[in-house]
Amino acid sequence: MRFMVIVKSTPESEKEGALPDPELLAEMGKFNEELIKAGVVLAMDGLHPSSKGARVKFSGTHRTVVDGPFTEAKELIAGFWLWQVKSLEEAIEWVKRCPHPHDSNSEVEIRQVFEMEDFAPILSEEQIQHKVAKRAELPNQTANK
Amino acid sequence: MTATDPHQVFHRTIEAVWRIERARVIAGLTRLTRDLDLAEDLAQEALVAALEQWPRTGVPENPGAWLTATAKRRAIDLFRRNAVAERKHEELARELEALEQTSPDLNSTLDDPIGDDLLRLVFISCHPILSTESRAALSLRLLGGLTTAEIARAFLTPEPTIAQRIVRAKRTLAEKHIPFEVPRGPELAARISSVLEVIYLIFNEGYSATAGDDLIRPTLCEDALRLGRILAELTPQESEVHGLVALMEIQASRTRARIGPSGEPILLLDQNRAHWDLLLIRRGLAAIDRATNILNTNSTTNKSPTDISSAPKNTPTRGPYLLQAEIAACHARAHTPEATDWARIVSLYTELAHLTPSPVIELNRAVAVSMANGPQAALDLVEALATDPSLDRYHLLPSVRADLLYKLGRHHEARTQFELAASLTQNTRERVLLLTRAASCQTPPR
Repeated sequence: MRFMVIVKSTPESEKEGALPDPELLAEMGKFNEELIKAGVVLAMDGLHPSSKGARVKFSGTHRTVVDGPFTEAKELIAGFWLWQVKSLEEAIEWVKRCPHPHDSNSEVEIRQVFEMEDFAPILSEEQIQHKVAKRAELPNQTANK
Repeated sequence: MTATDPHQVFHRTIEAVWRIERARVIAGLTRLTRDLDLAEDLAQEALVAALEQWPRTGVPENPGAWLTATAKRRAIDLFRRNAVAERKHEELARELEALEQTSPDLNSTLDDPIGDDLLRLVFISCHPILSTESRAALSLRLLGGLTTAEIARAFLTPEPTIAQRIVRAKRTLAEKHIPFEVPRGPELAARISSVLEVIYLIFNEGYSATAGDDLIRPTLCEDALRLGRILAELTPQESEVHGLVALMEIQASRTRARIGPSGEPILLLDQNRAHWDLLLIRRGLAAIDRATNILNTNSTTNKSPTDISSAPKNTPTRGPYLLQAEIAACHARAHTPEATDWARIVSLYTELAHLTPSPVIELNRAVAVSMANGPQAALDLVEALATDPSLDRYHLLPSVRADLLYKLGRHHEARTQFELAASLTQNTRERVLLLTRAASCQTPPR
C-alpha cells in the first residue's frame, strides 16, 4: 500500500529564503538513501514557503484567490514523500527513523493513498481457500510459459 | 479497526521492524555463520526475544543491530556447545568473539562493511542450482520478508508445499556448499539474469495469474517491484536490472486499467489510458534512461581509438528486459492507441527475437506488424508460426490468429480459432472473453 508522508512546516521553514541547515540536509540525504535502498520511495519533493504559493477559495460559484504567505505554519506542508510499504506500522517505523526535519518542534503526518482494492473488495479468506484448493487440482503451471 | 489493545499495537510494531530489518539481519548472520538455515533460525530466535523484551523495554534505538547482536550471542553459545563435536564451530565461535572484542562498538561490528551482505543474500536465494519456484519462494521469504503463509497465499499453493520448498532449497544450498558471495567476472551476468528471472516470475504471477479467477494479485506485483528496486540500488551498474525495473513499473502502471468492472480483462488498446498510473510510468521511463546511460557510458569507455577498425559501429547491445521495457514504453508514451509508434515496436521486437529467439516473441511481433502494416502481413507470419509444435497448447496463438482473420472478414475461420483459444486458456475470465468474441463472429459484417 501507498502512503503520503507529509512533513509539516514550522515558522522557520516558512521564512523567506530559508535554507535547511547543511548538517540536517546531510542527515536527510542519508535517510533518503536508506529509503531508496529499501525500495520504499516512489516520489518525494520539498516545497517552497507558502509566501510563494496561493490559495483558491471556493464558495458557491465564486472563486477567490488568496496569495501566500499563510499564517498557521503547523497546518502547512513543507515537503512530502510517497512510499510503498506493507502496512501503516511499517510507514510509522520508517518515519521514526527520519531525522528531526526542523529545528523547532514539528510533525510528520502519514496518510494512506487510495488504491484499487479500496474500490473493489479484496478476496475473503473463504474465497482464497477455495482458490488454493482449485489450484491444487490443476496441472503444474510453470511448465508452460 | 480493533487496533486499540496496546499489546497488539506493539506486536504489529515489532512485525513492521522485523520486516524492515529481517533481510539485513539474516544476511549479516549468514556471513558470520556461513549457514543460511542456521542464520534464519537464529534471526527467528532473536525475534522471539524481541517479542518478549521490547514490550517491557521499548523498541531499542537501533532495532536491527539489537536483533543481530542477540542472534549473534546465541550463535556463539550454540557454537560453544557444539565445539566439542566439531572443530569448525569452535573456530567460528572464536572468530565471532574476536570480532566483538576488536570493535567495542557493537553496532559497527554488525554492520556490513562493504554493503555486500544483502546482495550476497540475493544471489544465494536465486542460485541457478535451485528450481525457479524454489528461488521465488526463498527470495520472497528471505528478501521480501513474507511469511510462508503469505507466499502460499500469493501463489495459491498449500502452505506445507511452500514450507517444504523452502526447506529443500536451503538443504540443497548447504549440501552443494554454495558459497555466500557476490559472483565476479563472467559469472556475474549469468547470475544476475537468474535473479531477474525470479523477480519477473514473481511479478508475472501477480500480474497475469496463470490460473484461477483473478487476473491480478497486486500485492505480489508490489513485492516483485520492491525486490527490483532494491536490486537496482545494490547493482546500479547493471543495465538489465534497470531494464527489468522499468518493464515492471510500466506494466504495473496499467493495473487499474486492465480489469473491467465485473473483473473481465481489458486489452491494452481498449484500456482507458486516463487510468494508467502516471507516477509509475514516469519511474519506468526514468529507469529506461538509467539503463541506456549505462550502456552508452560502457560503449564509450570500452572503445579505444585503435578499436575503430574492428568495431564498425559501436551500438551498445540492449538486453531482453530493456527491450521489453522499451516496447512497453512505446505504449506508455502514446496518449491514444492511434498515437502508438508501431514501426518502432516492430523493430524492437525484431531486435528482441534476434537476441532471444522464441515463437512467443515472433507472435508478439506479428501483432505489432498487423498494426504497422495491416492484418494480412501479420497473418502470414502467424500461419507460419502455427506449424511450430511448441505453440500447440499456447492459447494466444489461435487468439491472435482469430483476431487477424476477423479483421480480414474471414469470420467463420475466426470463430473456430477463438473457440480453440478458449479451450486452451486456464484463466476463467479470459475464457469468457474469448467465447464472447467467438459468438460475435456469428453475425457477418455489413
